[in-house]
Amino acid sequence: MQTYVLPAIYAVIVILALPLLAGCVLIAERQFRAYLQGRGNSEAVKPGLWEPITEVTKLLMAEDVRPSGTNPLVFWAAPVVSLLVVLLAFSVMPIGPAFHLADPNIGLFFVFGIGSLAVHGVVLGGWASNAQNSMTSALGAAAQLIVYGAVTILGVLSALLLSSSLSLKEIAQAQLERGQWFIFYVPVGFAAYFLGSLRITTLTSLDSASPGNESDMAFISAYRGFRRCLYLLAGYINVILVACIATTVFLGGWLRPLAGYRDRFPGTSVELLDVLPAMVMMGAGIYFFWRARRLTVNIRRTGGFLVAGLCVVAAALLLGVLFTSEGFMQGVHGAFWFVLKACAYIYFVFWFRFEFLPAHRDMLSRLEWRMLIPVALVNLITAAVAILTSQDTGWPMRLTTLLATAATLGVAWWLFKNPPDELAALKAGGE
Amino acid sequence: MLNTLFFYFLSAIAVGSAILMVTRRNIAHAAIFLVTALLATAGIFLQLQSEFLFIVQVFLYAGGIMVLFIFVIMLLNLEPAARLAKFNRSQVIAATLALVLGAQILYAVFVGRSSLRLPALQANISPQNTEAVGDALFHQFIVPFEIVSVLLLVSLIGAAVMAKRRA
Amino acid sequence: MLSIAHYLILSLALFTVGVVGVLARRNLIIMLMSVELILNAVNINLVAFSRLHGSVDGQAFAIFVMADAAAEAVVGLSIILVFFRNRGTVRADEMDLLKW
Repeated sequence: MQTYVLPAIYAVIVILALPLLAGCVLIAERQFRAYLQGRGNSEAVKPGLWEPITEVTKLLMAEDVRPSGTNPLVFWAAPVVSLLVVLLAFSVMPIGPAFHLADPNIGLFFVFGIGSLAVHGVVLGGWASNAQNSMTSALGAAAQLIVYGAVTILGVLSALLLSSSLSLKEIAQAQLERGQWFIFYVPVGFAAYFLGSLRITTLTSLDSASPGNESDMAFISAYRGFRRCLYLLAGYINVILVACIATTVFLGGWLRPLAGYRDRFPGTSVELLDVLPAMVMMGAGIYFFWRARRLTVNIRRTGGFLVAGLCVVAAALLLGVLFTSEGFMQGVHGAFWFVLKACAYIYFVFWFRFEFLPAHRDMLSRLEWRMLIPVALVNLITAAVAILTSQDTGWPMRLTTLLATAATLGVAWWLFKNPPDELAALKAGGE
Repeated sequence: MLNTLFFYFLSAIAVGSAILMVTRRNIAHAAIFLVTALLATAGIFLQLQSEFLFIVQVFLYAGGIMVLFIFVIMLLNLEPAARLAKFNRSQVIAATLALVLGAQILYAVFVGRSSLRLPALQANISPQNTEAVGDALFHQFIVPFEIVSVLLLVSLIGAAVMAKRRA
Repeated sequence: MLSIAHYLILSLALFTVGVVGVLARRNLIIMLMSVELILNAVNINLVAFSRLHGSVDGQAFAIFVMADAAAEAVVGLSIILVFFRNRGTVRADEMDLLKW
């Protein structure tokens, strides 16, 4: 019975907390986009932190219509498939050293394999809507999912070479043994994963003139009410999923930065760097407190102080956990670092998408079509050569992977300077 | 006990979906039933403790080949007239022939049933299943591996050439 | 208690359904999908026997069967696509001219 308690807690957390976290991601996306675009978020009516609740309530209160001529079973099943796939892929994510639902030996492969079924959710949704616009948009979104899913897998593969195991827990553990997070060993792989995940999480066309208008994600245009809510929820949980995969594979999972550094405080058994989480949360608390002092609207002031207080409480908690058993402390701190890194990744994705993308969309498209897949493949080959060289000759892995990265970037530069023939003809003709 | 239950559940889904697939008039429905049949087969693989093949089946078949099928089905707007049920005698003859074939093989299984005991299931899945399969692929089966990669390349080129519109 | 006969009969059932689909249906796409079903039945057979013998060879071969099925599905579907573009039908009994 004991072995089922922790996975049961995990399953409950995943099912209950993920939609709430998806709501947080929604707030983050909208406010961040508003901030980067130099405007406030919906100035007239400002739901602020109530935004996910208002969105969901609005969707839930809509009438449940089903277009005529569609198959009721498929129309019902398509959003369910979408959400099911994303939630299922979460079942193997290790948030702490022992905090996961299951740790199969094929963990990473499981996530990508189940994730490949997401295409079905999109295509069936578009087909079941019985409208040409939905169908075309669904096929486009599905094509994007497939191609950029393959790109993310290529990126992850190069990190997989270093861990020699598909189990997600062992991948994170291998980053402890290798001494560095895998992002420092295979940065090009991380770049490939990043660009691929960018395109997976926006199923709209990034090349569209004005993102965020009505024609985005047209394949769900026939879905109203709760069904649309399921699709949007699946989309936001997908963002969290790619962030969690990136954290586990590239950013060290639940490991604290400099995890191998094990100096302790003199006289105690508390490690020096283990006070970092508490310091981070205290810093956040002080920052929120400072910002809240300047606010004028009463409820926002109270809210700001509340958040600051919560941060201080969290800092005290993280500090207090240091004096409990080793396993529990590892678990709590591991969860903290995992969530922090996943949030940092989501922040990075949103920053890239909203700051860099609107002005340089064509540059990104050219980069992707010309270089992404060849460079990812070359990176795989050079990383494999680097690892084997390091094992055979005894050179440090960091040196060989550095040389491999340099070689890959050299190939990328050459590809950039010598585009394939058709594109050169286009360039000569004037794009 | 749970093992047997899973097996019967998954095989019921697999055979039921297969029968539903070959009897549907609507091609898109048939494709969806094939997806469920393939996923049930993946479950059977997992139940046979071959986890690598389970995930390859989900990835390749359900997430790859079936997506291809569904794309083609959606892109070809087949007219409804093709979906009219036309019952003809050749279908009955075909079904009978297939069932006779099945009965023959069933008889073969029945005759040899004494030698078909499975060894007792191990306590946990062998942690080296993926490594073992990879090992076999790259040591004993290296030549078929290389040939299959050429085969996939050929099919890729062939499909790309065939699907191009001749201007 | 499960014996390998269970898996063989399951594989046989899927195989028979696939053969019925290939023989009795006229629509080319459904025939191709029934062929995929047959290949899956073969895979179940291979993996069951690999489990019986305790070796991994059956599973490795099943991967080859899957790769073959993928290649065949790709080529078959592109042939169907071209044929549909030219003749406007995917019914097997309407493909009765060698050259038109």
